[in-house]
Amino acid sequence: MTFGIKNIDFEIGPATREAFGKALEQAGADERVVVLDGDVNNSTMTMFFKDRYPDRFFNAGIAESDLVGIAAGLAGSNKIPVVSSFATFLLCNAFDQIRMSVAFPDQNVKMVGTHAGISIGEDGPSQMAVEDIALACSLPGVTVMVPADAPSAEVATKAMIEREGPTYLRCGRPKVPIIYGEGADFHIGKANTLREGDDITLIANGIMVAMALDAAETLKGEGVSVRVLDMHTVKPIDVAAIERAANETRGIVVAEEHLCYGGLGSTVAMVLAERSPTNMSFVNLGDTYATSGTPEELLQQYGLTPRAIEDAARRVLKT
Amino acid sequence: MPQAVAKTRDEQEEIARKLRRDIVVSTTEAGSGHPSTSLSQVELMTILYFGGVLRYDPTNPRDPERDRFILSKGHGAPGLYAFLAEAGYFPSEELMTLRKLGSPLEGHPNMNRVPGVEASTGSLGQGLSIGVGHALSARLDGLDFRVYVMTGDGEVEQGQIWEAVMFAGNHGLDNLTLIIDHNGYQQTAAVDEVQPLDPLVPKLESFKWQAREIDGHSLDEVESALDWACGVTGAPQAIIARTVKGKGVSLLESAPHKWHGKPIPKDEEPKALEEIAAS
Repeated sequence: MTFGIKNIDFEIGPATREAFGKALEQAGADERVVVLDGDVNNSTMTMFFKDRYPDRFFNAGIAESDLVGIAAGLAGSNKIPVVSSFATFLLCNAFDQIRMSVAFPDQNVKMVGTHAGISIGEDGPSQMAVEDIALACSLPGVTVMVPADAPSAEVATKAMIEREGPTYLRCGRPKVPIIYGEGADFHIGKANTLREGDDITLIANGIMVAMALDAAETLKGEGVSVRVLDMHTVKPIDVAAIERAANETRGIVVAEEHLCYGGLGSTVAMVLAERSPTNMSFVNLGDTYATSGTPEELLQQYGLTPRAIEDAARRVLKT
Repeated sequence: MPQAVAKTRDEQEEIARKLRRDIVVSTTEAGSGHPSTSLSQVELMTILYFGGVLRYDPTNPRDPERDRFILSKGHGAPGLYAFLAEAGYFPSEELMTLRKLGSPLEGHPNMNRVPGVEASTGSLGQGLSIGVGHALSARLDGLDFRVYVMTGDGEVEQGQIWEAVMFAGNHGLDNLTLIIDHNGYQQTAAVDEVQPLDPLVPKLESFKWQAREIDGHSLDEVESALDWACGVTGAPQAIIARTVKGKGVSLLESAPHKWHGKPIPKDEEPKALEEIAAS
């Protein structure tokens, strides 16, 4: 899988879900960590934890609402519960439980949704979380993270466990380009500047980060100086980094593997509308569900490509 | 150290009368709320809090070794608040701030604002799963605390209840007791008209629970059922408590489907309080 990348020879690393699973196994050294999975542990990769700490792993079956509620109870008894399933089932099936049993009472529950976005491919739209970020971000006090690659997913998992408070971590199915070295510099709520530039800023997360870096190379060839921000934390959003980008470059493109409403693009636009109105363009799934197809075909079909990011950047620079 | 509080039967009856009065007065003062469902749970809660069952410590509400009581039927909040005040978690005078701006005593329980409240509830069907989580943590930590969850009967229509029933049964969580306040009515009609649930005992037994049905207004039966539950090993226990919605106030008892979310009007309050005093 190339993700449409042509300029940069990225090493393709493990999927973010796999990095999460391995990091979770490490985190299991803390006896407070308890993992609950909705019968997909060989997909979410909580199987590593399960094999190592079987007494603290519970396959609660295909019952996401119950999973989240049990996690809330465990948190109420000072455990650090991690709940995992496919992102769409976790967020959509159990949304009221996340709202009422986790977010409202501010319970220390870690929610990990894998197989997010259209890049899961052939399984089709019923399995694709494309509204999960909007749902998670709508809940007061919930931290929302979308790591771009395996090393940052590993650090994000560790940070999630260590930080008190409800958190949603979004992971993907496919193996993805490696952007960070081991021990990625990753701080919740702080964007990573992967490339400095002063004409335009590309803000992305998840698989769109590698594409943004590739687009930046193309644009550089056209004489455009491009800044690239990995906005791995959608909430709390890094207001300072966004404001700086608006003040120091001429426009902003936001790229994400999510519907157009309520995700990273909306969040960045909300920050800028109030603080520093800026020319913007958005690369996302728009307002539609996808279909079946290979991941590569779907990304192409729905305009999640480096080329789409370049076009968006050119539009912004023209205005 | 959390401790159980055991009052005499006479004292328990007095407490039940007093707290029924608190439920009526606080909701009438608030001008809204759910007195009728709060009234049906009174004897059940009297034995839990004052019949030597729950081990609790109002001076240290989050003591890890406390027993947990989760009111999954969150609209029974006025009843829960009355008991928590009587148990010493906060002054009884606060009951008169129910549902008012600034008061921690919100329309439904908020665990982060009211000491003694174990779960924020009000979206029905969620408390049993939360109870399962606490019960699992006791097992993981080798602690001997017990978890009691009270649901309504209409609430049992929620699918999540049965997800949690399956999990608890399959894991043999014998430190978990479910109490169903089976008052027979939900908001608009009798449960039997909406989604008949009975018989509940065999349904729960088929999910590897032990279950029994009792008169939920008999202090003797409630006491012996909770005593039975404590002694069961290897399975979670369910107590299906037959109750009367609005118990003790004829106005509410006579037409439960008309009074689900309504307080007793000010002009009817004296009669209601007289009936409770005479009970």
